Amino acid sequence: MVGGVAAGLAEHLRLPVVGVRAAFVVMALMSGLGVVLYAGLWLMLPADTAFTTDTPGAESASRGGRRPTTLRERLVDAGPVVALAALGFGALLVFEAIVGAGVLFWPVVLGVAGLVLLWRQADEAQRDRWRHASGRLTPLQLVVGDGYGAWWRIGAGAVLVVMAALLTFLDSGALYADGWGLVVAVLFVVGGVALVMGPWLHRMATDLSAEREERIRTQERADMAAHLHDSVLQTLALIQKNAADPTVVARLARMQERDLRSWLYADDASASESLAGALRAVAAEVEDAHGITVEVVTVGDAATTDADVAAGVRPIVAATREAITNAAKHAGTGRVDVYAEIGPTEAEVFVRDRGRGFDPDDVPADRHGVRDSITARMQRHGGSARIRSTPGEGTEVRLALPLPTAREGVRSGEPASEPAATAPLQEEPR
Amino acid sequence: MTSGPTKVLVVDDHAMFRVGVRAELAREGAGVVDVVAEAADVDEALAVLASTEVDVVLLDVHLPGGGGVEVMRRTPLDRRPRFLALSVSDAAEDVIGTIRGGARGYVTKTITGAELVAAIRRVADGDAVFSPRLAGFVLDSFAGSISVAEVDEDLDRLTEREREVMRLIARGYSYKEVAGELFISIKTVETHMSSVQRKLQLSSRHELARWASDRRLL
Repeated sequence: MVGGVAAGLAEHLRLPVVGVRAAFVVMALMSGLGVVLYAGLWLMLPADTAFTTDTPGAESASRGGRRPTTLRERLVDAGPVVALAALGFGALLVFEAIVGAGVLFWPVVLGVAGLVLLWRQADEAQRDRWRHASGRLTPLQLVVGDGYGAWWRIGAGAVLVVMAALLTFLDSGALYADGWGLVVAVLFVVGGVALVMGPWLHRMATDLSAEREERIRTQERADMAAHLHDSVLQTLALIQKNAADPTVVARLARMQERDLRSWLYADDASASESLAGALRAVAAEVEDAHGITVEVVTVGDAATTDADVAAGVRPIVAATREAITNAAKHAGTGRVDVYAEIGPTEAEVFVRDRGRGFDPDDVPADRHGVRDSITARMQRHGGSARIRSTPGEGTEVRLALPLPTAREGVRSGEPASEPAATAPLQEEPR
Repeated sequence: MTSGPTKVLVVDDHAMFRVGVRAELAREGAGVVDVVAEAADVDEALAVLASTEVDVVLLDVHLPGGGGVEVMRRTPLDRRPRFLALSVSDAAEDVIGTIRGGARGYVTKTITGAELVAAIRRVADGDAVFSPRLAGFVLDSFAGSISVAEVDEDLDRLTEREREVMRLIARGYSYKEVAGELFISIKTVETHMSSVQRKLQLSSRHELARWASDRRLL
């Protein structure tokens, strides 16, 4: 929960995250072993590659301060500092626990291990910079920094270390016996080392995360430029060519708006991956083909990465396309509302227009559109279609289809034991 | 609203958009809606609110200085105007966050002038304005809590009736059509909407909290 170590470990080992966290806590109670492990793993484990978690638009708004910041983001900033503090604390506890068996051996091992881990975590570019820096600065300057402050720190650290050494080696009699002298000595050593090394370690850690973020940002800028070139520039060129035709201009603008909007703000999956994505895609197609506005609102979603599921939801997608096309052709208004509610076991789609409407009983027998491609298709696949229309007030088509699940043959209609196919809410206990 | 045109403050960081809204409201809402001031960021908006009497604030969700939520958070509670969020952003957590921050409704920037005037009047009268998209977000945010059998936690769930109202609005029904469909009065529809809005603002537990934290809102 502090650095996401338990969650990452749990994901890697495919264990429940609660168990991993509990293990850390138990180990932490055992003379701080868990704390050391946690901090060590935090430094060592590779960061999640999915570094950016928001859509480009939201990210950009966050960077520009146009969105409220979350507590989580503020905590992440403090991450490296907390890790180093935890590492120091853990080292202290371990030191205390195993004292007597080589007092100086373990602190040295821990210190070296910590540095090695930090080094390992740094990527190539960062390492180059350090090497480069060490070429120009003396090693001492590199470690402790520049200026009077640095020398004061070194002085204070050295005094502390000397005091600790004096306490340990000269007072090995009475003070050693009650244990307190040792604790004080250890505290002095750790404090001294922290004073000398702290600023350097902190700078190294923040450099690291800043560098990683900057790299990702550069990639994002490249993506953004490419996207703007591909879409917006092309559309603007087309609009200039068609400036005389307001319908075409409006259609192009709408198309571009939808494209940018979904790219900036929608983090939902593409047409091939989810039912909602597929419905949005067909709505967009009809919108472009007929020059109308189709407003799509979806609630919930079902992943269609599984081939069986993808085949199972195809009827409702096709029927939706047919219904929107009908509305575009016959309603006589420029606007169609599509609402899809995708639950664990059933998907419902409503396609509504406020056009001229018709009397369903009056549809000539030779008109196959509605009967074959909507009603019959839905019924064939175990679903249903209901059409409500009032002349002068508009038409609403309601489509419902039981959803197949990705799991072995839980067929439509039966309550699925677990909503395996839907993933709108992935619970993560915290 | 008692009498006279509704006094409106437009808060948006895009000057072109402010000009557009002002022109559109002058054309469609002459005598009904009056844009008395504009602001480009959180601090400007607060300064205007401190000095000018305003009925309704058209508030951009993404705003320099911490977003529209920040304006609502820092507006003193006395003499508080009503807020209507107006945004191009489709990010669900921002929209829900703005409603939870106290906005009376959410409409997208592609709304027509006439619809915007109607929405402003509705908000000025103390009603909630739910666009189909917002209704969808609301349903999504409460989703799953319907089947949970925790009867005492009624704050965290929509009643069956509220859900029906939300669904119809998501389907593109106007308030009048919702009322006709459910055989209730428009006033009752408005009551349901206000109650949904209140739940959004008060509820912080269970499904909603989980939904929000999944989207890194909390």
